[in-house]
Amino acid sequence: MELRSPTFLAVVPAYNEAGSVARVIGALHEQAPQFDVIVIDDGSTDETAARAREAGASVVRMPFNLGIGGAVQTGFVYARDHGYDYMAQVDGDGQHDPSELTRLVLTLRDEPSLDMVCGSRFISTAGEYQAPLSRRTGIRLFAFMLSKILRQPITDPTSGFRLYNRRAISLFAADYPHDYPEVEAVLMLHAHRLRMTEVAVRMHHRETGSSSITKMRSGYYMIKVSLSLAVGLLRRRPVIDSGGPAAVSATRAI
Amino acid sequence: MQFGAQLASIVFAVLVFALVFEMVRRRRLHERYAIVWLGAAFALLVLAVWTGLLEAISDLVGIKTPSNAFFVIAFAFLLMLVLHFSSAVSKLSDETRVLAQRLALLQQRLDALGADRPPDHDEDDLVGDQRSSRGSLTGSKR
Repeated sequence: MELRSPTFLAVVPAYNEAGSVARVIGALHEQAPQFDVIVIDDGSTDETAARAREAGASVVRMPFNLGIGGAVQTGFVYARDHGYDYMAQVDGDGQHDPSELTRLVLTLRDEPSLDMVCGSRFISTAGEYQAPLSRRTGIRLFAFMLSKILRQPITDPTSGFRLYNRRAISLFAADYPHDYPEVEAVLMLHAHRLRMTEVAVRMHHRETGSSSITKMRSGYYMIKVSLSLAVGLLRRRPVIDSGGPAAVSATRAI
Repeated sequence: MQFGAQLASIVFAVLVFALVFEMVRRRRLHERYAIVWLGAAFALLVLAVWTGLLEAISDLVGIKTPSNAFFVIAFAFLLMLVLHFSSAVSKLSDETRVLAQRLALLQQRLDALGADRPPDHDEDDLVGDQRSSRGSLTGSKR
């Protein structure tokens, strides 16, 4: 038995989400009170940081827009440096329902061999969510590829609604994919022999703001993620160990 | 090769030498990148002075016009250089990302430490700081 009770951190990446971030924080406080909440304001030009502070969250303000990967990685570094046992990622746009966090927490605590639990929109019962067709095709394709690679069913590899344990936190604090990180992160996890599973969750449509993946960018998204997957598969050591020869990598400084 | 073209090549190579040297002297160019350009200027100089070399090379690889051989070499060189810069930019953007993350986390820690004090400068965020320092800079220039 552990002497102290485990600590939980909810990381809320937000870019120009002044209209919804306070509601997300409020819902977290209400429905997942064991979680400390930190908002990563990824260089917003609106009142996101002020709204988040008013709602009672700590705010890390990036000096400029790093993109979702860099923002979430900041959350991993924060969680690692403050010694959190579990970290959840909850988007600032209100897509993710904090009341579902309990399900992720229970799954991860019941199965100690798991390092990450991912909320999936596409596991049977919870099928209210309807993504645009082009996006669903992309998601299916990546889901299919990852399922083959991991030899376990992956239904929603682009979902950012995730809970990580200490091992996953320290891995992703050291190295996390840049642009559209979710799919690649699953592969990284696998390459490091960490384990994950999915649980069914409901997701809402975004309340305000706009997705980071617009129609214009979805082509780039598909190509970039495919390339990342291919390169990730061919990489012998996906993360450069500290002290090892550093190629293009941000690991050495953190 | 025509004498005029040969002279122009030599003058151009010497000019590149001088320009690169001057840029390094004024700290506009790191030695690391200067070496590449100096090497290119040197190669140009050698080809201009030693006229038989280019013909020998084009004969060797089977290119009929020596000037085409020159273009092929120059193109390959520029391609490699641009690739090198793409890699340098990737490295820089990684380093910038790490700096931004550490800066933001330090700022947050500072905010948390100062939370018990009266928030006399609550909006002293980075954007504001940059703006004010930029303002003072332009002010001092005036």
